[in-house]
Amino acid sequence: MAAQQATDPDAHIVVQDLTMAYGDFVIQHDLNFTIRRGEIFIVMGGSGCGKTTLLHHLIGLKQPARGRVLFDGISYWESGPEVQQRIKRSFGMSFQSGALWSSLTLAENVALPLDEYTDLGAAEIAEVVSLKLALVGLAGFEEFYPAEISGGMHKRAALARAMALDPEILFFDEPSAGLDPISSRRLDDLIMQLRDSLGTTIVVVTHELASIFSIGNNSVYLDPEARTITASGDPRMLRDTSTNPGVRYFLNRGET
Amino acid sequence: MPGKLSIEFPSPDNLRLVLSGDWLLAGSRPRAGDIEQQLGTHAGSRSISFDGSGILQWDTGLLTFLAGVYRLAGRRNISIDPAGLPEGARRMMALAKAVPPREGADKHGNEAPLLQRVGEFALAMWQAAPEMLRFLGEIILSLGRLVRGKAQFRRSDLMLLIQDVGPHSLPIIALISFLVGIIVAYMGAVQLAQFGAQIYIANLVGLGMTREMGALMTAVIMAGRTGAAFAAQLGTMQVNEEIDAFRTLGFNPIDFLVLPRLLALVLIMPALVLYSDIVGITGGMFVAVTAFDISTFEYYQQTVRSMEWTHIWGGVFKGTVYAILIAFAGCLRGIQCGRSAQAVGEATTSAVVTSILFIVIAGAVLTILYQQLGI
Repeated sequence: MAAQQATDPDAHIVVQDLTMAYGDFVIQHDLNFTIRRGEIFIVMGGSGCGKTTLLHHLIGLKQPARGRVLFDGISYWESGPEVQQRIKRSFGMSFQSGALWSSLTLAENVALPLDEYTDLGAAEIAEVVSLKLALVGLAGFEEFYPAEISGGMHKRAALARAMALDPEILFFDEPSAGLDPISSRRLDDLIMQLRDSLGTTIVVVTHELASIFSIGNNSVYLDPEARTITASGDPRMLRDTSTNPGVRYFLNRGET
Repeated sequence: MPGKLSIEFPSPDNLRLVLSGDWLLAGSRPRAGDIEQQLGTHAGSRSISFDGSGILQWDTGLLTFLAGVYRLAGRRNISIDPAGLPEGARRMMALAKAVPPREGADKHGNEAPLLQRVGEFALAMWQAAPEMLRFLGEIILSLGRLVRGKAQFRRSDLMLLIQDVGPHSLPIIALISFLVGIIVAYMGAVQLAQFGAQIYIANLVGLGMTREMGALMTAVIMAGRTGAAFAAQLGTMQVNEEIDAFRTLGFNPIDFLVLPRLLALVLIMPALVLYSDIVGITGGMFVAVTAFDISTFEYYQQTVRSMEWTHIWGGVFKGTVYAILIAFAGCLRGIQCGRSAQAVGEATTSAVVTSILFIVIAGAVLTILYQQLGI
C-alpha cells in the first residue's frame, strides 16, 4: 500500500508507517496516509488521541519513533539540514493559541519571516504585510500588539503570519478552538478561499464537527483505543456510511 | 521570465493594464507607482481594466502590485474592473477588500511631545506609590489573619518554598561568600602587613562579613535568584488567569500566594546569613593561612576574640529586613504583571531592580542607625 501511495502524482505529503511515541509510551502507531495537493485534509479524533502530536511530526518539530514523512517524495527526517530548511520554508503553521510574539506588533510578527527569508526592501515588506493583514480582515491593525486584540483576531493574525511566505502547505491546529460560531465559520471560509484561490494544501487538526463537514474533503480518524487510524476518507461519507462504530459515534456527536 | 506591464488605452476614458510573465515576490516586477505618471498624462481615464492572460506564475508579488493599483485608483476616484485578472487573484483581492481598514490605525505612530511624556512618567510614578502602599496594607492584613489562624494557604506550599529558597540556594551563597571573604582578606592584608599586623585580618573579615557583607551578599543573591522567580511565577499565573481563578473561588491571592513566599524567605534568611558569615570567614582564613603565614588556630582564636554577639545579630537583623523587601518587591511586581510574555519579562526585571534599590536604601539606613545606637 505504501508503494502505491508514493506513486500518486498529486501526492503532496505522504506518511508511511509512522509511529509516534514519548519514550516507551506509544501514542499512535503505523499511520499511513497521503495528502494530495490542494486538498483540505482533516486530522480528527477525540481529545488526547495525539492529533497535535501528529501535526508536530508533520511540521518537523518532533522526530518519529519509526516511519517516514515525505514532502513531494523527499523524506524529511532522512534529509540534511539544508533540505529540511527548504521543506520547512514551504509551509506555514497556525498554532492553537496563535503563538504571536507578544513583544512585536502584528506588522512585525508578519514581517519577521519576510525580513529573514526574502531579499525584499522595507517598503515592499510593508506592502506585503498590509496585504496579508487585509486578507485576514485585519487591515489597519498593523501597529497593534497581540495583547490588544481579541482571541478571534489572534487566530487571524496568526494565519496572516503563516501565509507570509506564500506557503504551499498551511497547517492549522484547532483553528476554531475558543472562537464563537460566527468567527469560526468566517475562519473556515477564509481557509476555503485560500485553497480555492492559491491552490494551497491545507491540513487541519480539529474535533469541531461543523468545521470538519464544511471544509474537509479528506480525513483520517485517530482512534484513542486502537492507537492508529481506523477510518479515512471524506468526512461526510464517513459519517453516513462508515462501518466503524467509533468513527460513526464521533462524527454523530455520540448519537448512533 | 520577469513580470512585464504595458498600458493600453482602448477608449479615451479607459486604461488597460496588460500583465505578462512571472509576477513573483522573489523576481523583478513593475511597481504600482509606474502607472501613476500614465494616469497623470491621461487625466481623462475613469476606469482601469486588466488583461492578465499573459501571466505565467503569480504569488503575493502580483497581489501587492494590485493592492497598489487599487489604492491609486481609490485616491483618484477611478473605478476598477478586475474581470481580466486570474481567477485566484480576483478572489484574493475581493477578500482583501472585504473588511474595510480600521480607522485610527496609527495609534502608536505619533509620539507625544517630550514634556508631555515626562509629565505622564511623573504621574505614573506618583500613582505607583499608593499602589505599593495598598499592597503593603494587604500583606499586613493577611499577616493579621495568619496570627489569628485564619489565613488560607497550603502548608505544603510553604514547605516547598522553604526548600527552594533555603537548601537549593546554599551552593551559590557558599561560592559568593567564600570569594567575598577572600577579597576582603586580601584587601585588608596588604595594608595590615606593612605594620606586621596580619593577624588583624581575622578581625577585618569577621566584622565585615557579620555586620555587612554576609547579609548584603545573601540579599543580592536572593533578589536575583528568588525575588525574580517569585515575580516570574506570579506573573505567569496572572497571564494564565490563575490568580483570577483564586479570586473567583474566594481565595485571597495575597494569603495564598504572597504570604507563603514572604514567610519562607523571612524564616530562612537568618540561617542563610549565618551560613554566609561562616563561609566568608572561612574564605578569609584560607587567605590568611596560605598567603600570610597565620595558623588556623591563631586565626580562629583571633576571630572569636574580636566577635561580639551584637555584630552577628545586627547582620542577621539586616538580612531579615532585606528578606522582607525582596519578597515584597518580587510578589508586588508579579501581581502587578500584565497579560503577555513581554510583561512577565518586565515584571521580573523590575522585581530585581526594585529589590536591589530597597536593599541598598535599607542597608544605608540601618548602618547609620546602628552607628547612632552604638551597636
